Amino acid sequence: MINLQVNNKPYTVDAPPQMPLLWVLRDMLGLTGTKFGCGMAQCGACTIHLNGEAVRACVTPLSRAVGQPITTIEGLSSDNNHPLQRAWLQEDVLQCGYCQSGQLMSAAVLLRENPNPTDDDIDHAMSGNICRCGTYPRIRKAIHLAAQLQREGGKS
Amino acid sequence: MKLLFKGTRLLPVYGVCVAAAVSVAAAGIKPRNEHKVLPEKAFTVRSLSAADSAASQAAFMDVYKVLMSPRCMNCHPSGEAPLQGDDSHPHVMDVARGKDGKGMYALKCANCHQPENVPGANMPPGNPNWHLPPADMKMVFEGKTPRQLALQLKDPKQNGHKTMQQLIEHVSHDSLVLWGWNPGEGRTLPPLSHAVFAARFKEWVATGAVAPK
Repeated sequence: MINLQVNNKPYTVDAPPQMPLLWVLRDMLGLTGTKFGCGMAQCGACTIHLNGEAVRACVTPLSRAVGQPITTIEGLSSDNNHPLQRAWLQEDVLQCGYCQSGQLMSAAVLLRENPNPTDDDIDHAMSGNICRCGTYPRIRKAIHLAAQLQREGGKS
Repeated sequence: MKLLFKGTRLLPVYGVCVAAAVSVAAAGIKPRNEHKVLPEKAFTVRSLSAADSAASQAAFMDVYKVLMSPRCMNCHPSGEAPLQGDDSHPHVMDVARGKDGKGMYALKCANCHQPENVPGANMPPGNPNWHLPPADMKMVFEGKTPRQLALQLKDPKQNGHKTMQQLIEHVSHDSLVLWGWNPGEGRTLPPLSHAVFAARFKEWVATGAVAPK
């Protein structure tokens, strides 16, 4: 049995230590907001926070997560009031939405480390998250808006 | 004794054998290879001969072949992006070095690169300390001639503040160096075995660490 801490809640799972963390999150814990895209760390759809970093859950073995706080899209905020979530809604970023959990989790690391990112900073943070709908211009716009909301005192 | 490592300064003393104790004692490595490897004792005795100079340059040319192979050079790029594949193309996803050599924001190395290789073709290779050289000490291999790379390796201001002994330790035991010979499925190996590479590196140092012309 392996103990995990996901979105500030303790879980115990019976799974092999080499199982991808994404499988555990989706299939065993029912946290299906995190998506399976490529399965080889190429697309970013499975991005979660492990110890605060935007790891790709599809290639992360369960063993690496033991004792480390995990945050999924379900835990990004308690009330969908994270500046990024508010900005995403305001800019109407989504089209199909499949990649957006990963986009938000990557953007959250960017804003934590750089509260006022330039377009170049956004490129360096977000180029590992692919959007087949091509919502990149709206993602960029929403990140700038979220940075503004964060500076104005919104939750981070 | 430090002058002994400045290879070109050895040339005026052709034919003069000077026994000199230097602090490049072997790192306890016992390479298994087809090359003649100097016994560990030899690392404490130096001679300044033309033969040594030639042997040193020859040893470095073997070292150079390994350092310029994709498994080594891809993480010592001339630009800000790591390289990928046997064709050494820039890392996809616009990955950048960052100040500490461990990436930036949501594209830090360890976000995808695990402590071990992920099984399967084209899956992310892994090591617990996957990184590039840091921004203030880039230790570029890409594009360097043998002479340029040898001189860079000998210069503590360009080699990560390492002594030659520490460089021997690094190439002999560092787990990220050793990863080059266990790179995961679908990646070619460096042109020499690790044992031969480490032995030739030690020979290069023991014979004066001469930079090829």
